[in-house]
Amino acid sequence: MAHDHAADTAHHDDHHGEPAKGIKRWLFATNHKDIGTMYLVFSLTMFFIGGAMAMIIRAELFKPGLQLVDPAFFNQMTTMHALVMIFGAVMPSFVGLANWMIPLQVGAPDMALPRMNNFSFWILPFAFTILLSTLFIPGGAPAGGWTMYPPLFLQGGNYVALAIFAVHLMGASSIMGAINVIVTIMNMRAPGMNLLKMPLFCWSWLITAYLLIAVMPVLAGAVTMLLTDHYFGTSFFNAAGGGDPVMFEHVFWFFGHPEVYIMILPAFGIISEILPTFSRKPLFGATSMIYAIASIAFLSFIVWGHHMFVDGMPLAAQVFFMMSTMLIAVPTGVKVFNWTATMWKGSLSFEPPMLFALSFLFLFTIGGFSGVMLAIVPVDFQYNQTYFVVAHFHYVLVPGAVFAIMAAVYYWLPKWTGNMYSMGLAKTHFWLSTIFVNVLFFPQHFLGLAGMPRRIPDYAVQFSDWNMVSSIGGFGFGLSQILFLVVIVQCARGGKKASAEVWDGAAPTGLEWTIPSPAPYHSFAVAPEIK
Amino acid sequence: MRFNRARAEHDNSRPRGFSGAAALSLASCAALALSGTAAANTSNGYNLPIGVTDLSQAMYGLHMEVFWICVAIAVVVFGVMIYSLVTFRQSKGAIPDTTMVHSTKVEIIWTVIPVLILVVMAVPAADLILKQEDTRNSELSIRVTGYQWKWQYQYMNAGEGVDFFSTLKQDSNFARQLGSGIDPKTVPNYLLDVDKPLVIPSGTKVRLLLTSMDVIHAWWVPDFGAKRSAIPGYVNELWFKVDPGKEGIYRGQCAALCGRDHGFMPVVVDVRTPDDFKKWVEDQKAASKQAGAPAPAVPADPPTSARVIN
Repeated sequence: MAHDHAADTAHHDDHHGEPAKGIKRWLFATNHKDIGTMYLVFSLTMFFIGGAMAMIIRAELFKPGLQLVDPAFFNQMTTMHALVMIFGAVMPSFVGLANWMIPLQVGAPDMALPRMNNFSFWILPFAFTILLSTLFIPGGAPAGGWTMYPPLFLQGGNYVALAIFAVHLMGASSIMGAINVIVTIMNMRAPGMNLLKMPLFCWSWLITAYLLIAVMPVLAGAVTMLLTDHYFGTSFFNAAGGGDPVMFEHVFWFFGHPEVYIMILPAFGIISEILPTFSRKPLFGATSMIYAIASIAFLSFIVWGHHMFVDGMPLAAQVFFMMSTMLIAVPTGVKVFNWTATMWKGSLSFEPPMLFALSFLFLFTIGGFSGVMLAIVPVDFQYNQTYFVVAHFHYVLVPGAVFAIMAAVYYWLPKWTGNMYSMGLAKTHFWLSTIFVNVLFFPQHFLGLAGMPRRIPDYAVQFSDWNMVSSIGGFGFGLSQILFLVVIVQCARGGKKASAEVWDGAAPTGLEWTIPSPAPYHSFAVAPEIK
Repeated sequence: MRFNRARAEHDNSRPRGFSGAAALSLASCAALALSGTAAANTSNGYNLPIGVTDLSQAMYGLHMEVFWICVAIAVVVFGVMIYSLVTFRQSKGAIPDTTMVHSTKVEIIWTVIPVLILVVMAVPAADLILKQEDTRNSELSIRVTGYQWKWQYQYMNAGEGVDFFSTLKQDSNFARQLGSGIDPKTVPNYLLDVDKPLVIPSGTKVRLLLTSMDVIHAWWVPDFGAKRSAIPGYVNELWFKVDPGKEGIYRGQCAALCGRDHGFMPVVVDVRTPDDFKKWVEDQKAASKQAGAPAPAVPADPPTSARVIN
């Protein structure tokens, strides 16, 4: 069945030939590689826009007192930084990687639904134009935090409608991307590639796609209720009208917690590809790695309450959410142990993708430890809403998700462009990023424990020193990312030609290394045979 | 210092090269922190405050217990990782053992051991939750209402009739304006001082009933281990009992993003001996009688004007 379908599509594609010229190639793109490239370029752009907002935040927090921005604008920055980074940088970059790599890894000629693929990408620039345009309208951008809690979010002006419409568009885009991934993986695997032979990156994306389909509609429902509360006089979340502000939090976090794993599971997949390659040894416990991802995905649906312990919750619910949250540490631990076992008795070399993967392994684990601490309800009452939480989720998202994305780019970039990039520059980028990310976020643990709330533009003087250190780390980290751009642009323009296997000395496995570099515009027109 | 050493140790267990720069920066950070200004609370500037209530001390104890467990796990896990990085290098001629791909036995071991460790953490935690939630037998109840951006305190029981607002102090308010030109370091308790603090007796079980008249706020005093959201339409409960002999001023802040001036609505609590507290209540009542005015009433609506009060 899968075979026939793949063959049909291949036959169909033969008629296309070369890519279209000029803007049409991109506007009407149906080729998974073109769409993947657009996703990746888009997310890199958003990474710099969101990063610029972070620079404003860290500049204002450089020392106590307000020097640069009004508190209202500061709140817009924290809110928009989160929305842009989550929905604009991290999620689309994973979809871009999925577009590029899933067909290559399962031996399919393209994604299963190429026109929907085009649509799901082209929604995004419009969604973010709408969202970012709120910075220039009277009343400004959303300033109530990316969690959009009512009643605060509803105190806003015109941004309410625009931000909600943008979130709806992003959700639609994500759902379409997810459907495409599932249909591709389920129907277009090369003959002989059963699910358990499938690369871990595809596995992690398959599970992530189900999470997306499950929770993006929940977010859409939550923000639609906000919309009707604001414009049509309903009282879903308005206590004075019999509504319930805490219900929003429940609905939001039922989306929000799986969302957290949507941003990390594909990263797990990427790390599971890179560590074996540069350890020259197969992934240890591949099957249990898949079970671990599935367990984490399941658990993500029953832990949402841990975001709201201080909002008041029945005793039994507090204990339940504490236990379920702590349980997540078990499959996550299994993953870390399996990665470690993969390196054990291997033969390690330290190319840029491996360096980023190793940095992920150590720093994500630190984020995991603070996660276990945050799960402990009685102490969470002290940690909640402080910089300790900020440190925690930035450790899992920046040296976690973002480093995994960078590792993936450095791993597959030669396959995409056909050129090797500058190893020296990439390693410099790695060292600067790893050093500064710790200078940036490690002191935030101390700030939070010492009592500094998050989302404040100004602080008491006893928090001055750590904030200054953190800001210096922030500027350093931000500037280092320019190197990332330089490496990518240089590599796209030319360089030493990469071989089909790219990492000749290492042991890359997977179908993507069997085709030439750069990957031809149409690949696997004839499905490969898997033994 | 104990905590700081732990952090450094935590950090040193990263692979070589990572740790050099990171440890250096941490060392300089630690030096900076030590030279910093005195903290307004019992935190040493980089760890949770031990605090002045049973609950805050129990929280601190649990925090440190979990922290040390994490450090122990980190030493083992990072230790194995670093050992692998150092030993199994291609440049040292390491030959990969490609037959080592699976072991059900070790998978079971590293699933069961974490479960046991989590149980060790969860049992005392569940115990402490029970204690935190037990608001029975309180001796003094105070209704706390959040507004953008101030707190209202209405006393019940022994303080019946005492009712006032608590707002950021003037000197902090002037200094915090954009481009005020005032150095925050010259303002005593910058951003952590109010015109009129909450006054409570020591050695007394105090219960707060929290609600809000506009958006979600959160009342937090780290030294009491007391944080709870104030939500419109809800009454949340919270209790603490400050140890006798620990009378003094304790400071905290609103801990839930509540709009433009979220960073500027501190919580200040003045803990007095029960006798001094009784005297204070009498003074308050006498003062409001003298003024001939009843205590400020709760506004019927969330005042829209509150949004521009600075």
